Amino acid sequence: MGDKHEDSSTHRHPTRKLFEIGGRRLGLLAVAVLAALWVGGPLRAQQGAAQWPMPAGDFANTRFSALQDVTAENVSQLKVSFTFSTGFLRGHEAAPIVTSDTMYIVTPYPNVLYALALDEPGAPVRWKYEPKPRASSQGVACCDTVNRGAAYDSGRIFFNTLDNTTVAVDAKDGHELWRTGLGDIRRGETMTMAPVVVKGKVLVGNSGGEFGVRGWITALDAATGKIAWRAYSTGPDSEVLIGPDFKPFYAQDRGKDLGVSTWPRDAWKRGGGTVWGWISYDPELNLIYHGTANPGPWNPEQRPGDNKWTAGVFARNPDTGAAKWFYQFNPHDLYDYDGVNENVLMDLEIDGRMRKVFAHPDRNGYLYVIDRETGEVLSAKPFVHVNTISGIDMKSGRPTMVAEKKPVVGKVVRNICPHAAGGKDWQPSAYSPTTRYLYIPHQNMCQDQEAVPANYIAGTPYVGANVKMHAGPGGHRGVFTAWDVAAGKAAWEIRENFPVWSGALATAGGVVFYGTMEGWFKAVDARTGRELWKYKAGSGIVGQPVSYRGPDGKQYIAVLAGVGGWAGAVVSANLDTRDVSAGNGWGGVMADLPQHTQQGGTLYVFALP
Amino acid sequence: MSSRCLELLFLVSAVVLAGCQREERRFSEPPAASVAIRSVVQSDIRPGGAPPPPSPAFAYDSNAHAISQGKQLYEWFNCTGCHAFGGGAIGPPLMDDQWIYGSDPENIFATIVEGRPNGMPSFGGKIPEQQVWQLVAYVRSLSGQVRKDADTARSDHLFTRKSESSMGNTRPRPASPPPQPPP
Repeated sequence: MGDKHEDSSTHRHPTRKLFEIGGRRLGLLAVAVLAALWVGGPLRAQQGAAQWPMPAGDFANTRFSALQDVTAENVSQLKVSFTFSTGFLRGHEAAPIVTSDTMYIVTPYPNVLYALALDEPGAPVRWKYEPKPRASSQGVACCDTVNRGAAYDSGRIFFNTLDNTTVAVDAKDGHELWRTGLGDIRRGETMTMAPVVVKGKVLVGNSGGEFGVRGWITALDAATGKIAWRAYSTGPDSEVLIGPDFKPFYAQDRGKDLGVSTWPRDAWKRGGGTVWGWISYDPELNLIYHGTANPGPWNPEQRPGDNKWTAGVFARNPDTGAAKWFYQFNPHDLYDYDGVNENVLMDLEIDGRMRKVFAHPDRNGYLYVIDRETGEVLSAKPFVHVNTISGIDMKSGRPTMVAEKKPVVGKVVRNICPHAAGGKDWQPSAYSPTTRYLYIPHQNMCQDQEAVPANYIAGTPYVGANVKMHAGPGGHRGVFTAWDVAAGKAAWEIRENFPVWSGALATAGGVVFYGTMEGWFKAVDARTGRELWKYKAGSGIVGQPVSYRGPDGKQYIAVLAGVGGWAGAVVSANLDTRDVSAGNGWGGVMADLPQHTQQGGTLYVFALP
Repeated sequence: MSSRCLELLFLVSAVVLAGCQREERRFSEPPAASVAIRSVVQSDIRPGGAPPPPSPAFAYDSNAHAISQGKQLYEWFNCTGCHAFGGGAIGPPLMDDQWIYGSDPENIFATIVEGRPNGMPSFGGKIPEQQVWQLVAYVRSLSGQVRKDADTARSDHLFTRKSESSMGNTRPRPASPPPQPPP
């Protein structure tokens, strides 16, 4: 059905406009075909650009839509096509998932799954599925009770519930196919990430790095829900699934049971390294890439050592979970710099040679380009103001830490940049193979931090840090950066008043979309960053915009509005900002957010008239 | 002795006695003696229209030692992880005038011991009862519900808000009584 609509779209554009690419003029169609080949891989070829089967759009995590009806020239005419209220008010971080005639939305806790009928006027609810997670799970969700979306594969919808189950329901009628319990809220575990389905295996990971949990990634059989394999991020090699195939690029990552020996005795058992972020997949190399989050507790004095395998990235075989290589962005992390941000796969010409790489904008403020076959860091450049790291040593791959910014018990260290949520947090970037820019939604934030002793009581927070955040240089709290990956520098950037906590979407029409915490949904020119269109939603936007072709043949852009997440908890959890440490440090710096937006939970879908 | 002298003596002893109570350190006492517990009431509506019984005075509201112990315990039991220094995070703020499960001492005691369905853990059996009462006193101090001169002063930590004792009173305020129908 995707093909049919692709055909009809070409008919609707007899007077196709041309646009400039580096001085040469290329037809849009040619660009789109090129783009589809480039980004698509097997998944796009199989399902067609019309759909959006997973939050990242594709296995490469590009969030690039090859649809091109909406262009820089006509985007100003975008109108609301329909809206849908989810009935919930916490942070809506999910991406809508779209198959041929249905859109699927997972809400924040209580994780209701809605199926909207795109083939009927106004897209009414086709069915809804309520997993009814345990209410107590809300008490161990560190950063609002968010969910980052579902995934579609072979007639099934998969998603995670806050109380640690992965659920499969029939995409047609919403009946439950299986449900597998994977973690324990009594140990502080939750699940918020969006599953990725690779070769019949549903890949999921846990959250809870602020509760002293032990991080893991687990593969479930898509048909039965049975656990195929689980790999922990700390502990002995046998449990991390490190075996003979493990060939890390850097010497410090070689050795036996480093997941035990780089910790004080038994500290790895509550050492964090959760897997709550994005997973990408390269079918040719048969490797998945997933980050591991911060070590616990934040107070670094309680865990001397490199704290492997936290705050880094694993390449694993999706069939067995066996680790191929690992690279640690932040050995002995000092600032809650999780390594779970997206790894966007692309092929780049570097020094005259085509390399299979991924780009990774890390919490620590550096944009890494890493050889995805070997784990070698090819470049690492700061994309935001950083004063905690003076540079990345390209020989060892280790960051050079700035001594005076190290948190110490009994001392307040001022002006740590970037802050605990990093130069960029979970909010996923998009990559356009047309411009070859990575569009990064992120923040410009610093903090004062005092390390304090953390007391481990299972099921309660295990942090050991008092934090007070403030805006970084310039005073703007958010930035939307177009990063020229090959050149290793920003092509342009847009400064925003609040952190840009939404995902990004790039399209073949030369338009890039993102949302702001005030509630503006913006379309900007992919090449220049010029604002082309904006729409004010009922609540701040922290969701992931997507694009699809509807059953009527039109290109649609969809996004959930509903402010929240860690940065938006001031509004979604109604915090008292007279305590500037409210919300783990966000209270003071976001005290003005309630004047700009209120709670909400609404889907907005746009199309050209 | 003149009556004026007597008056003065009375005043001085009243102040001294009050001071004693403020500074008193209770090392062991049966929980029942620490505060008079009535049944925990969570609703303003009482079928039959009977007014709720008046809340008895909570001794720890005027005891500086109990409040400061409570502050220490508030950090040690990881209350800060969810409620910050009163502003809230995973859990609701404790320094404002919104109390989902009641602001009376016995309500807060019950909330800590029993837990609450939307995420508050049940600390019963984990924290000795006397320490729970100390926590109750400190939690009440965050919204100015304790005696000012018994309240804790500035914190040794990163300064994230005004000290408890210099914060305004944000205790829940009842509205003025509605007009009554004519008899």
